[in-house]
Amino acid sequence: MTSSMAPGNAQTSTWMLRLGQTLRAMASRPSGAIGLAIVLIHLLIALSSPWLVPFDYKAISSLLILSPPDAVHWWGTDHLGRDVFTRTLLGGREAILVTLIATPLAVAWGGFVGIYMGLVGGKLDDVLMRLVDALLALPWILKMLLMIATFGTGLGVLIPTLAFFYGIPVIRIARAAAHNVVARDFVLAARARGHGRLSTIGRELLPNVLDALLVEGAMRWSWMLLAFSSLSFLGFGVSPPTPDWGLMVADSRTFLAIAPWSGLYPIAALSSLIIGINLTADALAKTLGVDRAQKAPI
Amino acid sequence: MDKHTVLSFRDLSIGFVSRAGQLLPVLRNIDLQIQRGETVGLVGESGSGKSTLALAAMGYLKAGLQVTGGSVHFGTHDMFGLSRSALEFVRGGKVALVPQNAGQSLTPTLRVGSQILEAVALHSDLPPVEYERRVMALLRQVRMPDPQAMASRYPHELSGGQQQRVAIAMALAGEPDVLLLDEPTTGLDVTTQAHILALLRDINRETQTAMVYVSHDLGAIARVCDRVVVLYAGEMVLAGSARQVLLSPAHPYARGLLNSIPRLSQSSLPEALPGRQPLPGDVGDGCSFVERCALAQPSCRSGRPALQFLPDGAVTRCLFHDRSGEMALTRPARTTALRVGAGATDALSLNQVAISYAQATVMQQLLGRRPDVPHTVADITFSVGAGQTMGLVGESGSGKSSILKALAGLNPPIAGRMSMGADQSLAPHVDQRPPDHLRRVQLIFQNPDDSLNPRHTVAQILAQPLRLYFGLTGEALYQRSIQLLERVRMGAHYLDRLPSQMSGGEKQRVAIARAFAAEPDIVLCDEVTSALDVSVQAAVLDLLNDLKRDKGTTYLFVSHDLAVVRVLADSVAVLYQGRLCEIGPAAEVYAAPFHPYTEVLLGAVLEPVPDKSPILLAEDIVELAPPAEGCAFQRRCPKKVGAICETTAPPWQLSASGHGICCHIARDQLIPATRDAGQHD
Repeated sequence: MTSSMAPGNAQTSTWMLRLGQTLRAMASRPSGAIGLAIVLIHLLIALSSPWLVPFDYKAISSLLILSPPDAVHWWGTDHLGRDVFTRTLLGGREAILVTLIATPLAVAWGGFVGIYMGLVGGKLDDVLMRLVDALLALPWILKMLLMIATFGTGLGVLIPTLAFFYGIPVIRIARAAAHNVVARDFVLAARARGHGRLSTIGRELLPNVLDALLVEGAMRWSWMLLAFSSLSFLGFGVSPPTPDWGLMVADSRTFLAIAPWSGLYPIAALSSLIIGINLTADALAKTLGVDRAQKAPI
Repeated sequence: MDKHTVLSFRDLSIGFVSRAGQLLPVLRNIDLQIQRGETVGLVGESGSGKSTLALAAMGYLKAGLQVTGGSVHFGTHDMFGLSRSALEFVRGGKVALVPQNAGQSLTPTLRVGSQILEAVALHSDLPPVEYERRVMALLRQVRMPDPQAMASRYPHELSGGQQQRVAIAMALAGEPDVLLLDEPTTGLDVTTQAHILALLRDINRETQTAMVYVSHDLGAIARVCDRVVVLYAGEMVLAGSARQVLLSPAHPYARGLLNSIPRLSQSSLPEALPGRQPLPGDVGDGCSFVERCALAQPSCRSGRPALQFLPDGAVTRCLFHDRSGEMALTRPARTTALRVGAGATDALSLNQVAISYAQATVMQQLLGRRPDVPHTVADITFSVGAGQTMGLVGESGSGKSSILKALAGLNPPIAGRMSMGADQSLAPHVDQRPPDHLRRVQLIFQNPDDSLNPRHTVAQILAQPLRLYFGLTGEALYQRSIQLLERVRMGAHYLDRLPSQMSGGEKQRVAIARAFAAEPDIVLCDEVTSALDVSVQAAVLDLLNDLKRDKGTTYLFVSHDLAVVRVLADSVAVLYQGRLCEIGPAAEVYAAPFHPYTEVLLGAVLEPVPDKSPILLAEDIVELAPPAEGCAFQRRCPKKVGAICETTAPPWQLSASGHGICCHIARDQLIPATRDAGQHD
């Protein structure tokens, strides 16, 4: 829309209006208010932690190995004498960055393929959905490790890999949501007018499927965080000395009995973010009226 | 109250609290007594509060509603003051409900016999050994053929009419004193509807059960009810005997409503009732109908009119009820639909079109064979002249929508040829059609709730065809959208609205504007008025007629409502099981000689005239597939000749004017002997 024509402006303003309404409605639920607050705090910390932290995350000290929390090192130190508070605050940055890029990618490609399959149906749909089922049947860790073994590690591999595998369950959701809409007369009307498939997907289907995709995206984000941290735990994610929650848990697990603080804080940080995201997704689903009662963990 | 009264509403008011904290009324001061054995019709448009009133009789309120005054008494029980256990005894047992959509109210996974048995066990004091026998008796009472076999079926194995009968049987299980019927025949075929209504009348006579019949359909009300109550914006505006209300209504709203109903006997357009019913809380200080009333005076705006008792026993809420006679009950001739004479060039023609939904088995696919079942639609040959309207009528499953979708390219026929204008062949599939063909054929759907994208504003909806066919953008698009809205009698302020922010009639107007945005030659209308209130229906029909006059558009108008088709169509085709039975100029199809099926259909049409009962000629069986040989109507035909009907396809018998009947019986013997042949003229 180039000129100041009413429809275009109306479209933007309705979207802004809906976003505002949705956020307000979410915040009015206890789960939404708590979830949004937790997620927001995590994002703020991830953004500002390099300027907040009291110590250098790389600074090793043989004198401070596994020292308990005190007035200087609030959350104690780890097995190399590094400050746990500093490292916990910084430890989510990589995970959040990677998943924040990979989640929209996963929802976008999975959503598109799902809606397309829902619209087109037929043999292609049959074949592709069996492939999706097959991929979903494999344990995710196996798939991830296979990719890493083939292509190596690093963000350039991790982001596409996560986006690819986490887009697959989105296909199912988007296809199911599109199926509910495809049978309706306005889609038939668009076909009868002669609109192309892409235009039908973009104009008629997407606005009606978007709610389901948003909720699914929030869910995928929390699963992806867990996956990324697990990879780091196994040593395939972030390489030391960069601080990362998964890596910190891996490093500390041998000392959990004598120095629980070194593992406890990163675990609490990761869990709280995931709980926050799940609460937010829950509130979003209830606000938008999307049922996510039976969601299989993938 | 006297001892014959079974149910009484005393000054009942029901309302809800809005988000702004205001108490908005849904029903206001309803005073109504229902006697034993009486049938009372509650009439009104959607949103008039008629269903709320019926449910209140069971002591039930929808979520959010509350009683703000008055009471409902069943016998001596105050329905809103009953204890839980007492309510359980009365509700469903003594005051029973037959819901609108029986198909949805029956449990799909239970056999109907056990569902009725459950109702018997709950609501009767019979010993358990008697239950089975009672279930059979109930099934016989609702005239189900072969009760034993029916009881062991699942709901989806029954037809819509049979499902409704099962729902009635369940309601009768507790031998209720009051039966509440919430639009029990809406959505059923005309013949099925007529049978269900006949059954209800019989049950009323046999059991002396009082009935409260909620409907927007004055034809059905006229058939069943002794007394009629007209509701408007939550108020009783008129009450009286069926004859008083339907023949000499003492309220302008009732008169307007009656005038807006298309009738078989009149081929002129019905008169639309302007405006719309006020929403709860929007009713001013005066009469609730004042904004739409042709007789409104300044005094109508100050103070709500009280109920006035007329000498003949009727009750009205109108200050000038004696003047409502000024509004003629028959329609003036000025609104006659535009009809183009014969001889116009064909805009659309179909030749031997056949449609099949049968799926080939793997074996048939391998051998390259077609599945061996009769086609769902076969041998459809007709043409429509430019600027003319062809009506396609038939019951559900007659294939009328299939033909429309085939023409739109959404449902490619397996045989035959479709062409448009001067012999331009229409490709079977929408993807194969050139843009010009796509533009020239437009489709309007039955339900605007489904045909308008709920996430699109009116501007976005109208922009779709304008951008696609004409490449309009910016100011030109905006101006054209406004023009289109004005042509369907709406204003520019609707552009930013979403479908959920409009009434049913407004939504259908937007759908019509969207179709006309393409400047089509041919508009395919699929039951375009059946989801609308009668007063709105008249306005939409009027609009369609105006557009046809201005643009010379050709319509193919599909409907199950013969009276609606009568209003708009120049010619009519009658379909049964995907086969044409009768085709010709409208005046001739609606007059004798009739195809036996046309006669059945016309006989079953309900009109808002008491004492005029439909003629039930054929059983309301539902056939799932057309017969392999012979006449399509052979299994239900009341005039079946004999073996020839089962073996030989009937010949077309044509009159000089092009009126064709597809039957083995000679034309001159197809004139009904028992009644006046010109009755439907």
